[in-house]
Amino acid sequence: MPATNKTVDQSALFQFLLRMGDNTLVLGHRVSEWCGHAPVLEEDIALANTALDLIGQTQFWLNLAGEVEGAGRDEDALAFHRDVWDFRNILLVEMPNGDFGQTLMRQFLFDAWASIMLGRLQTSSDERIAGIAAKASKEVAYHLERSADTVVGLGDGTAESHAKMQGALDYLWPYVGEMFISDDVDTAMVSASIAPDPTSLRNEYDAILERVLGQAKLSIPTSQFAHKGGRTGAIHTEHLGHLLTQMQWLQRAYPDASW
Amino acid sequence: MQNEWPLWEVFIRGQHGMSHRHVGSLHAPDAEMAVKNARDVYTRRNEGVSIWVVEAKHISATAPSDKGPLFEPSESKVYRHPTFFDIPDEVGHM
Repeated sequence: MPATNKTVDQSALFQFLLRMGDNTLVLGHRVSEWCGHAPVLEEDIALANTALDLIGQTQFWLNLAGEVEGAGRDEDALAFHRDVWDFRNILLVEMPNGDFGQTLMRQFLFDAWASIMLGRLQTSSDERIAGIAAKASKEVAYHLERSADTVVGLGDGTAESHAKMQGALDYLWPYVGEMFISDDVDTAMVSASIAPDPTSLRNEYDAILERVLGQAKLSIPTSQFAHKGGRTGAIHTEHLGHLLTQMQWLQRAYPDASW
Repeated sequence: MQNEWPLWEVFIRGQHGMSHRHVGSLHAPDAEMAVKNARDVYTRRNEGVSIWVVEAKHISATAPSDKGPLFEPSESKVYRHPTFFDIPDEVGHM
């Protein structure tokens, strides 16, 4: 297998890498919003660690994206000099933090997908992608263990914590389906053996959810409805723009400032 | 204070072959979360290869007021230190 697969449509590969990198960038920023605000010191530090892991993964994905694009943009340019319509993250990760339970439910729903996705990407025909996936997998395995434990702890906790977790699951559920919708970019990745078909991850994902949410005594909503548009960039929620004004304000006020 | 998580003491092994050392304490609802919290709070800078946690209430300790009877008697017993032997060079580091 070649180290880099030049036969694949480079613009599709660029889109795929943006999707991976924007997911971790936006979620990493969201989680970092808890810094100094978490309910207890231990969780505060744990959330900051998770956020830093995700930002670290972002650097790898967006750096490679910039390389593939070949337009001279590095990871910083991609992170800080794009506006809402250029982002390719799933809608789930841009959803507001809500309360601590909602943040951890969102984290669990994402971690479960990320752990499966990164597992598959380790056998990618593109060695650069396989390398990033191998490194990120270890981090995400821990994220999943932690978020799953917390979901179980709060779901199977007091009546109040249970109600909040069920509310969080019901609220976020319509944003789960987007992770498993395939389009032309995915088809190109599959035919070049670069990445799996998103639809093929669903069974494994459902198995994780059934196990963890069952332990948490939470009921999985039956609705199949899925908000979409984030991965394709067709439409984001109103929340992403607000997030970017915070994340990008320095580069917007002082373009290309560095220190 | 009924709603407070219990206190756990954290011990980290810095590298293989070394013993676990007490590094601090934290709060957690159970032992599993205590290990996870310890990982996040005390090994962020690559400090460890193994973590022990023990709920603080399970540790029996000496009382500071007993310091005299417990520790002072050994101060005057230099003969308990193995410093009166000539160690052959071939033995190397002991």
